[in-house]
Amino acid sequence: MGFRNIIGRRLGLGLVRRRKPFSTATCDGDGNGNAKSINLYSAINQALHIALETDNRAFVFGEDVSFGGVFRCTTGLADRFGKARVFNTPLCEQGIVGFGIGLAAMGNRAIAEIQFADYIYPAFDQIVNEAAKFRYRSGNQFNCGGLTIRAPYGAVGHGGHYHSQSPEAFFCHVPGIKVVIPRSPRQAKGLLLSCIRDPNPVVFFEPKWLYRLAVEEVPEHDYMLPLSEAEVIRQGSDITLVGWGAQLSVMEQACNEAEKDGISCELIDLKTLLPWDKETVEASVRKTGRVLISHEAPVTGGFGAEISASIVERCFLRLEAPVARVCGLDTPFPLVFEPFYMPTKNKILDAIKATVNY
Amino acid sequence: MVNTVLDFPGGKVVFSPEMRFLSESPSVYSQCYRVLDDTGQLISHSNFVPVSEEVAVKMYSNMVTLQTLDTIFYEAQRQGRISFYVTSIGEEAINIASAAALTSDDIVFPQYREPGVLLWRGFTLQEFANQCFGNKADYGKGRQMPIHYGSNKLNYFTVASTIATQIPHAVGAAYSLKMDKKDACAVTYFGDGGTSEGDFHAAMNFAAVTESPVIFICRNNGWAISTPTSDQFRSDGIAVRGQAYGVRSIRVDGNDALAMYSAVHSARHMAVNEHRPILIEAVTYRVGHHSTSDDSTKYRPANEIEWWRMARDPVTRFRKWIEINGWWGSEAESQLRSSIRSQLLHAIQIAERAEKPPVNDLFTDVYDNIPSNLREQEKLLKETINRHPKDYPADVPI
Repeated sequence: MGFRNIIGRRLGLGLVRRRKPFSTATCDGDGNGNAKSINLYSAINQALHIALETDNRAFVFGEDVSFGGVFRCTTGLADRFGKARVFNTPLCEQGIVGFGIGLAAMGNRAIAEIQFADYIYPAFDQIVNEAAKFRYRSGNQFNCGGLTIRAPYGAVGHGGHYHSQSPEAFFCHVPGIKVVIPRSPRQAKGLLLSCIRDPNPVVFFEPKWLYRLAVEEVPEHDYMLPLSEAEVIRQGSDITLVGWGAQLSVMEQACNEAEKDGISCELIDLKTLLPWDKETVEASVRKTGRVLISHEAPVTGGFGAEISASIVERCFLRLEAPVARVCGLDTPFPLVFEPFYMPTKNKILDAIKATVNY
Repeated sequence: MVNTVLDFPGGKVVFSPEMRFLSESPSVYSQCYRVLDDTGQLISHSNFVPVSEEVAVKMYSNMVTLQTLDTIFYEAQRQGRISFYVTSIGEEAINIASAAALTSDDIVFPQYREPGVLLWRGFTLQEFANQCFGNKADYGKGRQMPIHYGSNKLNYFTVASTIATQIPHAVGAAYSLKMDKKDACAVTYFGDGGTSEGDFHAAMNFAAVTESPVIFICRNNGWAISTPTSDQFRSDGIAVRGQAYGVRSIRVDGNDALAMYSAVHSARHMAVNEHRPILIEAVTYRVGHHSTSDDSTKYRPANEIEWWRMARDPVTRFRKWIEINGWWGSEAESQLRSSIRSQLLHAIQIAERAEKPPVNDLFTDVYDNIPSNLREQEKLLKETINRHPKDYPADVPI
């Protein structure tokens, strides 16, 4: 299992070439009965179709979802399920989430879309103070577990401050919600269906960079992938790399190059950041003795810090080197300077070598 | 050819060459609907929804119970027996009359000054006491401060200290009721201060656009802690904002139980049958302090408070009306008050002596199941408790 099927190489190329899509087909399948080659937004679209067809109390709502959404994730839903179940909301994130909490509290599957993760902050109070605490504060008399909030996140090559953010760390600090980030189309469909059906409120960040670029064989049927289970997507023995979402493909390229220098890298996709699977990461670090975490979000206070602290707590004597973090810089996400800001393949490769040679 | 009307996406717009700004204030302030005058007599030519003797007496008894509950629990806090309390003195008519006009299927999203709605629906004095003492019988499992009641059985969502966050929840819940074609609506309460929050604006707008059967009841009691309404907004109160969102609204005398009953009854009918939100501004006065952590004589004159407590008491006003009807008397009054009082004292005694919830309840319900990080923390905590038992309250079972 790996990224062999994902055609999306971002790093090592110039800014212009990096943006060239490899496949824009929604469905250029080879006629294989049960799985078709589709991209990320189509996989998410499939998950949403399945969610609504298997539960007539499922709803999809948010800004511009009716015509298909700005990233086409909600294409066809309004036509198929009607505007009572798939509808545009006013431009108001706190309203989208607040309304979604009420809908979920009545036992419905409320699938809310926030147009860009950069705009999720007006809903932060509703997510942190309301959704996350709804069950606990009521003594389990009430819950809003049916709520799933989807938002595109991450660098896109030209997004600047407000179309590129990775805000996952803010949400990982909130007991009571789950935070899930898929790395590919096949993962996204299965994870999103699990999130929608999970009896807890979930924030699901979709790597927008991969919406069109990532193409993979995705089974057409209804399937779910487990939450809070990290996946070792590449076996290795010299160093453990931990990441999520779009960054994994960058990390895999670094692993490939490190291998040419005789360094065997183990790569783990965390998938669920909250609650996260410490056991899998720990087992890997016990094997390799070295760990490197990489994420696009700024390094200070990023989720890499939590992973690092937990691993040091649990594996201190096993570690052969300090925990490495290759992350975004501590700046707002820049436009012209994006290539400098980003945790590139070469930054990761340098850190792999430095850690191994420590 | 001159265009006088144009079809914009939002609808036809009539042009005018005269430049005229809409005034910031209405030419006439919104009328306030009332049915009973200050002496409890029916105002002539009033139209209202009639209330039977049985319902009227139940309403009055509940208002007295609420008033007594508040007096006794406030005292309990002063004596150090509970940590905190919030009274609803002066707002008994809003609490009880609105509850009486709803059905038990209507879903309630309170702020925190509406325990009367729970009371009306059958929450017992013991249940109120249990939550305030945070004992094992508290449905909230001791997790929140006193007065943060909730009851799924009675369709009353758990109180949270956050202001106005419940308002958009009510809209989502109302939408669900509409989808299920239920003969029910959602009702949410909030104060004048709460209408300044973004969540109020968001909810009103969503309710109108989604055509949801939700009743917004604003208790405009003149104060948000120490902030008078003149520092809160410059609109003509709250009802006038309805039109700005496309929401039908009314201003009501919140201390007139009959008017409140009628307004909520009618609002419910419109909400459920026409799938529309309704905004009710109930004008009243917060006679008590904001909470036991507040001394309101610091920011308002004591004689103003007294005047509203006595001359404008909604309980006395309604009592006069039921007495005029021959449905109540002073014997019934003293019997009721002493009975409630002794029940309350008894409930407090029981609640105070009851065990607290076990420390396990610190870790449950964060999620539907306990995740591994919490299991680990629970294990470590138990070890710590064993090592340092004196750091921990003796009345919480380990």
